[in-house]
Order: sequence, then structure tokens, then C-alpha cells
Amino acid sequence: MKRSVTEPQTAKGRFGMTRRRMILGGSLLGGALLVGYVATHPMQVVGAILSGGGTDPEPSAFGSFIRIDADGWVTIVNKQQELGQGIHAGLAAIITEELDADWDRVRVIDARSNFGAYGTQVTGASNSIATHWDSMRNAGAAARAMFVNAAAQRWNVPPGSIDVRDGVVTHAGSGQSAAFADLLEAASRQAPPQVPMLKDPSAYRLIGSERVRRKDSLAKSTGAQVYTQDVQRPNMLVAMVAHSPRFGGRLARFDASDALNVRGVVDVFAIDTGVAVLAETTYAARLGREALRIEWDDTDAEMRSSSDLFQYYHDIAEGRGDVQPADFETIGENADAPFEGDVVDFAFDFPYLAHAPMETLDCVAEINGWDVSITSGAHMATIDQVVAALTARTLPGKVDLEVIPAGGSFGRRGLPQSDYVAECVRIAQRVQGRAIKLIWTREDEMAGGYYRPMSHHRVWVQTRSDGLPERWRIHSVCQSVVPIPLMPNRLATEGISHSPYFSTATTVKGKIFTPSFPVVCSLWRSVGHSHTAMVMEHIIDQLARRADRDPAEYRRTLYQAAGDTRRIAVLDELLLRSEWDRPLEQGWARGLAVIEAFGTVVGQVAEVRLELGRPIVRRVVAVVDCGIAVAPDQIAAQMEGGVGFGLSAALFGAVTLKDGVVQETNFDSYPVVRMNEMPLVETHIIKSTNRPTGMGEPGVPPIAPAVANAILALTGVATKSLPFLSGNAATNAGFPMQS
Amino acid sequence: MYTISVNNQTYDVDEDGQTPLLWVLRDILKMTGTKYGCGIAQCGACTIHVDDQPMRSCTLPLEVASSYRITTIEAVEGTEVEAVRAAWVARDVPQCGFCQSGQIMSAVALLRTIPSPSDSDIDTAMSGNICRCATYNRIRAAIHDAAGTLKGAAE
Repeated sequence: MKRSVTEPQTAKGRFGMTRRRMILGGSLLGGALLVGYVATHPMQVVGAILSGGGTDPEPSAFGSFIRIDADGWVTIVNKQQELGQGIHAGLAAIITEELDADWDRVRVIDARSNFGAYGTQVTGASNSIATHWDSMRNAGAAARAMFVNAAAQRWNVPPGSIDVRDGVVTHAGSGQSAAFADLLEAASRQAPPQVPMLKDPSAYRLIGSERVRRKDSLAKSTGAQVYTQDVQRPNMLVAMVAHSPRFGGRLARFDASDALNVRGVVDVFAIDTGVAVLAETTYAARLGREALRIEWDDTDAEMRSSSDLFQYYHDIAEGRGDVQPADFETIGENADAPFEGDVVDFAFDFPYLAHAPMETLDCVAEINGWDVSITSGAHMATIDQVVAALTARTLPGKVDLEVIPAGGSFGRRGLPQSDYVAECVRIAQRVQGRAIKLIWTREDEMAGGYYRPMSHHRVWVQTRSDGLPERWRIHSVCQSVVPIPLMPNRLATEGISHSPYFSTATTVKGKIFTPSFPVVCSLWRSVGHSHTAMVMEHIIDQLARRADRDPAEYRRTLYQAAGDTRRIAVLDELLLRSEWDRPLEQGWARGLAVIEAFGTVVGQVAEVRLELGRPIVRRVVAVVDCGIAVAPDQIAAQMEGGVGFGLSAALFGAVTLKDGVVQETNFDSYPVVRMNEMPLVETHIIKSTNRPTGMGEPGVPPIAPAVANAILALTGVATKSLPFLSGNAATNAGFPMQS
Repeated sequence: MYTISVNNQTYDVDEDGQTPLLWVLRDILKMTGTKYGCGIAQCGACTIHVDDQPMRSCTLPLEVASSYRITTIEAVEGTEVEAVRAAWVARDVPQCGFCQSGQIMSAVALLRTIPSPSDSDIDTAMSGNICRCATYNRIRAAIHDAAGTLKGAAE
């Protein structure tokens, strides 16, 4: 079923620009009525012309996202990527709420990449619930109206007198009722409403309840869930690639003779990213790769060490470098004028971080002439599809991309470059008609770049006599995380720009310096907030302590000056829930941080002690305002996950270079939080009737400054760089291991 | 040629004796519930039972494995398994789920040894299993739940 791509123009004219997505009238196609959702962004229209996407969804009278079977079961199509965040349940719950279906008889399936049916499929920036709030509600409500109208006709009663609950349509006046299954045929012949009536949030029965649970827990508790790593195809070969050990290094020459003698190795050849080894099994591919003799050309490679790069960054921030800054924030007159009086000077260093999802990068591809077939835990399916088409020199519509759940990603699978998908397609081109499974080892993943960028932030604050900030100057140094130059590099300063902590200042000047060199960076869970939260939240505690004021009270004063009512509400709830004013036992201290990221406000209080200089975090109390809480249990899960992920980075996380070569290549040298190091996380959700915002990332940023602020309270010593532990202190973690 | 016992069946495997059992399970026997996560026995995603002891299959050579009874997530069974699985689902423990086969194999082995584990026992038994989604709070709670179920059934 293809829809006309010219429709959006008409729809735009009819409804205006106020709604991001709109419902088109039902159009009779092949005997089935479709409720069509077509995006109105011009790029999406262009994309629709270029590509109908992969295989179409099964035709349904209820639109692209809803299928109702004869037995009354509702199948909801999840167009976003399930990578652990539970989005399949959240989006399905929104549809189910408006449809008034029985949640216990709802199943969720993952959509293939299909621009025509689903619009852009890009999962990132914690956007899935926020940007699909209207379209999912409209889809459910339109289908519900079709059942209501069908019942009204059958019973000859007004539609307004009909109620629907848990997949049963009832008319109280006459006592008649019918299940979805009984009305299916009649409902599917109804015209979907142009603008369906949506529920008032006060009428929600499913959204916001503990009933919104994952649908995949059983499959993920039996080993049955299939990830890309598990995909089997007849006659499939496994591919591994030897990449340059240095960023920017190029292949000079290689000798494959030993590799080809390894049992199971089928082929060895050069591709643009290195030397590919094709083998019958993963182990043979690995042995074959180890047997390669490769000479790399390091003419254009990055040869510096991390210490060199930090020195370079410090020089840049002090105006001694070769990088021209761009202003990212200017408030007040003469913001560049010299500071005077009480000026505090802060400096922070942050290292590169790897994503280290449990499932390393992998992709399955097969090419038959113009046709490309891909299976991947594709984070940005639409982009992956286009990149695959460009790589294979075919049309996007010839790329069938099957999207399956990923074993984590944290941003690594969500790159605009689609690097590993392109690599897999390149290898598959060599063996037409035969499926290839590309596997990156853990070492490939950790040494392979696309990191959270290292950064340096130098901040000067001139304070007033009451200790509140009077003037701010910020010099941030950070590579860009996207291949398209942004001016300025605003993803490096999100969380600093528009800070409520500027509210008492007469001037603010923020400059971003964006150096460019071959170490490639990318999006990492919470992006710029992963470092800027530490900068702002740790500075605030230091300023509060200098002024001999309680850090919570100091924050509230600044939030009040900024009129930031959401942060005030989160702060107040946090103080209450964490018992902020009740002293802890000797040796323990609380640390506080409140951030806003991706439209969500999160506050965390960490309870910390130091054991031989090592921070022990036993409990984290978290408060979140994410608008309407669609799936409270998954919000809590993301808060727990965010704390664990952020704490891993804060305690140990660092990818370092020595003469350009990555030193941390597996979990032995890149430790992450384990069971014995995980604090108990308590999540409290602020009640809200605002539109929902995201939760996949905002739980990450506050934990590092919360811990740093607790250490400051314990010792009076400020943290100037992360991680808290490095070298032997990190790897000799002393956790009770068994092997 | 090696003969190995996996999930109460014997298989003849014509692979080098140094081949890690993980890749025999995944690539030869097509049992993909056991996951590759690090290859150096650091993450626990490949945890299996070797004569009922939890071990990392990524560093266990085929020639050694062939002397033992191997059990994987696909076939592990018993009251502990049922209790653990029910607790995992009841608490929606998994997020991405990739580590959970290994987590469950470790949890089952723990409960078979210590039916009512303390938090410290859980730390010791489970700290070899990394979860990057940090589902640790729920894993701990689910193990306690499963222990409660087992205790209730035993009484």
C-alpha cells in the first residue's frame, strides 16, 4: 500500500502549520480505508519522493500503527528503536489509552524502516514520547471513533452516548455492548475522523499507571530475544575488519597469506575502513584477523597523547591556541570588559568516553543487484537506510531495513554517519547474494572512536557582596559531535547556555572553541549535558560554600530570580524526599544537582562517603519533571539506568590516547559500575499536566556533580576533572569477582 | 573432533580444541541465547553452567568443555529458574536485555547454592555480570523475590 506523496501539501494548507503531523482523510485504496499520518516537514516530503522505504506494513483499516485481529488482539507498530528504554511500551500505551483497548491484549511489533508509512524513524535526543505524543494519540483516537461510529449505526443510538473501555464498546442506555472483534468489519468501513476527539488527561486510565509495563521482559529473560548478533541466514559469512590503530591512519599494505590459511577464513580484502576478513564463523574471522600483517600509513594520523591534547585545550581556552571561538551566550552590555573584585576561576577537564553497550556493533546485510537487505538494531533507521543506499549505489527504496531491538546503544548506533552499517554494506558488495554478519569485538568498539568528546571548560565568575554571581565568562573547548559543522558548536555547551544560574548576572559571555582533528566524536547518552552539568552544578556548590550558604537555598535564590518554577518544584521535592536537613552518620555527606535536559528537569541527591579516597555511593534520591508521566515504572527504570551509566563514567570512565593509540580496549581497563557499586535509586515523579518530555537521557547528567558536591561537603576539596578514579585506582577496584 | 554435552544432548563438534565454547554454542550449535560481550571473562554475558557451576563460556576452550555437562539459558530448568524468571518479569528487570541471559544463569546458580542470599552474597555472586543499562537494583530485588518464592514453596 503506497500513499500519495502529494497529500501533505493539501493537508498543510487545510490545517495550517501549528501541528507537526496531521491526519489525512481516509482514502480508499485497494478496498481498505487508511488513516494516514504524513509528516509535513519539507525534508520528509523530499524523502518520501526519494524512497518509499522498505516493505510496507500489513494493510490495516486503522492506519500504519494499529492492526486489530479477528480475535480482538491489537497489534501496535513501534516505529522507534527499542534499545532498552522501553519505548515500545510507552508509545503503545499512548495509542491504547486513546483507543481504549485492553492493554493485556495489546502486542507490539517493531516497524521496518518505512518512510512512507511511518515518517522519519530517528530515535535520539530523548524525543520519542515527546514528538509522537500527538500522532500516537490521534492514531488511537481515530480508530476508537471508527468503532464508536460503527456501534452507533448498528444500535441506532448517538455516538456521543457510547463508551469504550478495555476493547469493549457499550451503550449504557440500552445495555448493549460489543467487543472490538464483533465490530471489526463495520468499524473498518467507517471513515476516520479528520480531527479525532482526544481525552482530557484527567480521564486517563492507562497512561501514568503502573499497568504500563514492558512487553518484552519474558523474551529477554529466556534468551529468546533475537539481537543482530544472533541473526542466522543460510550460508551466511561473518566479517571482521582490522581498523587503523590510530585515528586518521590509512592502510598502506597488507599480507593476507597467513590469514587465508586459517581454517574457516574465506576471503580477505581491503575496504575504505581497513582490511575485511570473511569467515565461516566468528572465531575463524577473529583468528584470521589476528594473522593479518598490516602496515598503516600514519601520515595524517593523530599521534598525540591525551596529556598533549589537554595541554592544547588549556592553551586554547587561554587564548594561546589556533582555534577561533564563537560566542554561544552574550548577556548584558560590555560582557567582554575585564572582571574586577571577587573573581573565582574554575577549570574542568573531561576525557573521551566510549559507549560500551553490552552488544557490540554488528549488522547483517545481503545484496542482490540493486536490492539491499539489512537487519540491524538501527537507532536511526531512516538515516541508516539512506547511507546504505548511497554506499551500495542504489535507491533508498531498494533498501529493506529490518529494525530489531539493540543490546544497548547509548548513542553509538545512532550516528548520522551510520559508520558500521556502511562498512557492512561495503563488505556485502563483495559477495553478492550471500548474507554477511559484521561483528565488532569489544576492542573494536572501545578503540573505534565516535566518543563522547573530551572537553575543557574554563569559567570565571565575579560575585556580588551577597555571594551571588554578578558576571560570568565561560570558555569551552570541545570537538563537534556531528559531521556537519554547527556554528556555534551548541551541543558542546547545552546545559550552560540559558542557565538559570545566569539570572543574577549583569553580564555573561560564553565562547566555544571547536578544535578539529582526526579523533572522531559522536552523540553519547545526554550529549553535552554529560559534561556541562558537572561544570555548572559543581560551580554552584563551590560558590554557595564560598558565600557560606546552603547549596539548596543558594540554588533556589537563583531559580527564583530566573522564574524557573519547574526547577524550584523539583528542588523542593528533592529536599523533602532526601531529608536534606537531617544530618547523616559521621563520614557520610549528601550532594545535590538539578539539571534540565531535553525538556525534562531532574534533581538528584547522592549519599556518599570516601573509603581510601574512593567515593562510595549508597543511595540516590531522584526527582523528575517530565510532563505527563506516560510509563512511571519505565521512568524509574531510566532513572536507575541513568544513575548507573553516569556513575560509571564519573567513577572510572576514560578513553585515553598514548601516541595516538587508545589504551582502554575492554572492561578490564574501562571499568563500569557493577552490582556491588550500584547505589539504591529512588525515583519520585512530579505530577504534571504538561506535554510529556523524554527520559532516556536526563537521568545521566546529575549524578557526577551530585557526587562531586558530596565530596566537596566531606573534604572541602573541589573536583577539577573526571573520572574520580583513574589508572590503578580504577582498575584495582576490589569488587568481588568470580570468573 | 570433540564430543560435548550441551543441555542433555551430545554433539560432535569438528572444531579446534582451543575454540571458546561461546562460539561453538553460538556459531556451530546455533544456540544464541548465550551472548558475546567482551571475550575476556569480564562482563558475564556468556555465563553458562558447567556441571551446575556458573562459568564464562568465552574463555572456556572446547577441549576443556567437552569433559563437563554444559547447560545454557535455552534449557536451564528447575524451581530456581522458574522463580527467577517470574521475578524478572514481575519487576520488568530487563532494559536492553542483552546481559540478562548471563544475569539469570548467575542468579540461578546463586540460589541453588544459597537459597536465601544476603545483599553481600548477591554482590559476590553477581558482580561478574555487567549490565550497562544498570538494572542492578531490580536484579537484586528480583533475586530476593525469587528467594522468597522458593522459601514459600519449601514450607
